[in-house]
Amino acid sequence: MILVPCPHCGARNASEFRCVGEQRARPGDGTGPEPWRSYLYLRSNPAGWVTEGWYHRAGCRRYLTVERDTLTNEVRPLPAEDLA
Amino acid sequence: MGARYSAFGLLRRGLTRDDWPRAWRVHDLAPAYDVVIVGGGVHGLATAYYLARNHGVRNVAVLDKGYIGGGGSGRNTAIIRSNYLTPEGVRFYDRSVALYRGLAAELNFNVMFSQRGHLTLAHNDSSLRTMRWRAEVNALEGVDSQVVDSDEVKALEPYLDVSSDVRYPILGALYHPPGGVVRHDAVVWGYARGADARGAQIHQNTEVLGIDVAAGRVRGVITSRGPIATGVVVNCTAGWSTLISDMAGVAMPVTTYPLQAAVTEPVRPFLNTVVVSGTLHVYVSQTARGELVFGASVDPFASYSMRGSLEFSEGLAGHVLELMPSLAKLRLLRQWSGLCDMTPDYSPVMGVTPVEGFYVDVGWGTYGFKAGPVAGETMAELIATSKTPELIATFDLARFTEGRLVGEKGAAAVGH
Repeated sequence: MILVPCPHCGARNASEFRCVGEQRARPGDGTGPEPWRSYLYLRSNPAGWVTEGWYHRAGCRRYLTVERDTLTNEVRPLPAEDLA
Repeated sequence: MGARYSAFGLLRRGLTRDDWPRAWRVHDLAPAYDVVIVGGGVHGLATAYYLARNHGVRNVAVLDKGYIGGGGSGRNTAIIRSNYLTPEGVRFYDRSVALYRGLAAELNFNVMFSQRGHLTLAHNDSSLRTMRWRAEVNALEGVDSQVVDSDEVKALEPYLDVSSDVRYPILGALYHPPGGVVRHDAVVWGYARGADARGAQIHQNTEVLGIDVAAGRVRGVITSRGPIATGVVVNCTAGWSTLISDMAGVAMPVTTYPLQAAVTEPVRPFLNTVVVSGTLHVYVSQTARGELVFGASVDPFASYSMRGSLEFSEGLAGHVLELMPSLAKLRLLRQWSGLCDMTPDYSPVMGVTPVEGFYVDVGWGTYGFKAGPVAGETMAELIATSKTPELIATFDLARFTEGRLVGEKGAAAVGH
């Protein structure tokens, strides 16, 4: 079982969640279509730690951000300094 | 290079017990090649084969960090079909079916291509509508596909439960007679033997660690066995395609998901066709040994981990029994997974990149094996002539930054 640390519900089975995918910086206002298309379609898809969004659909139904190692599927909460 | 394989040769070696010659050679790494292909699966080996066969480009190295056919080429469920949704998809995969049909004779290697027919089941009105759409697109492109009703499904596959009082009743199916299965290892080995015979060098256990790019041009490859100078690098990897493209500084629209598959103990032949249910996320075929091979859709989140999960085997068993309740006592023999490079439009990424000399043949999602021959043929043509073949023009990398995605989702998401 892969446990996802939900900040609201505690560690729960990954099957309760929907993975939203890796987090990418949104282009700012006034940028042209190309940065938006890159934002929409290009992915860093790393083999290792990735910061990604999850949605706790069978729990608190809130979005959360965690770090996951895509080689081992180990999941950990974001470091405290990133939570502010 | 050994002699041609033949029934007479088989008999002679059976009597004399002579060892078979190696099907491909082992080489030291040369300091330079005209073309370096990263990834020794069906795509990389087919590209090497057609480069030599169709274009006389023989100074080619195929590098694989493990053994050939150990990635997606040895992990897929070996289903071949061309009943896609978009005209460009249909044309592309139909060329692959045509190449597969002649492949055993072409390679002098029995690839066991069995065109037993392919049934995509419809469990609701909207999938039936998509089946009709696909059948019409297929008919326009000259591909044999037809919508059949549940009685015809029952006649083709007597073990399918076509009763109407189930959770997912079978209303009909898209029947594609030319579809079937092939022996995937044999395809890899056949292309390896053919490419080797025409001069290409196959280097196993040779990992690419970096790609040397200067002034927007490829200059070489750094491998675990030393550097290679080359002007052309082709990324033919699956699963690792983002990491290889990163080495050349080319961003990819790819997310890597594992896909799990499983095989049962062998039973007598009873399944005539390849049976697919997109709604139930399952596809089934029976091997020549009698085992049932099951595949599913990709895992629910991106990962490079190829570890199996209980959720998969539980879900699979439930879905298979929904279709064929009489299989309840069949035992699973093993399960495994392979990596699928999914793209936003369920279509591959083939062709040139912003880095001159760096080509990609990636993003093969869950449809890479069936495209192996045509991908090799078209990539070889592109590399040798520097002109993008018509068949793959819509699959270019630039479509993601220029906003013209392909839209193959209806046919390729689960539909093996």
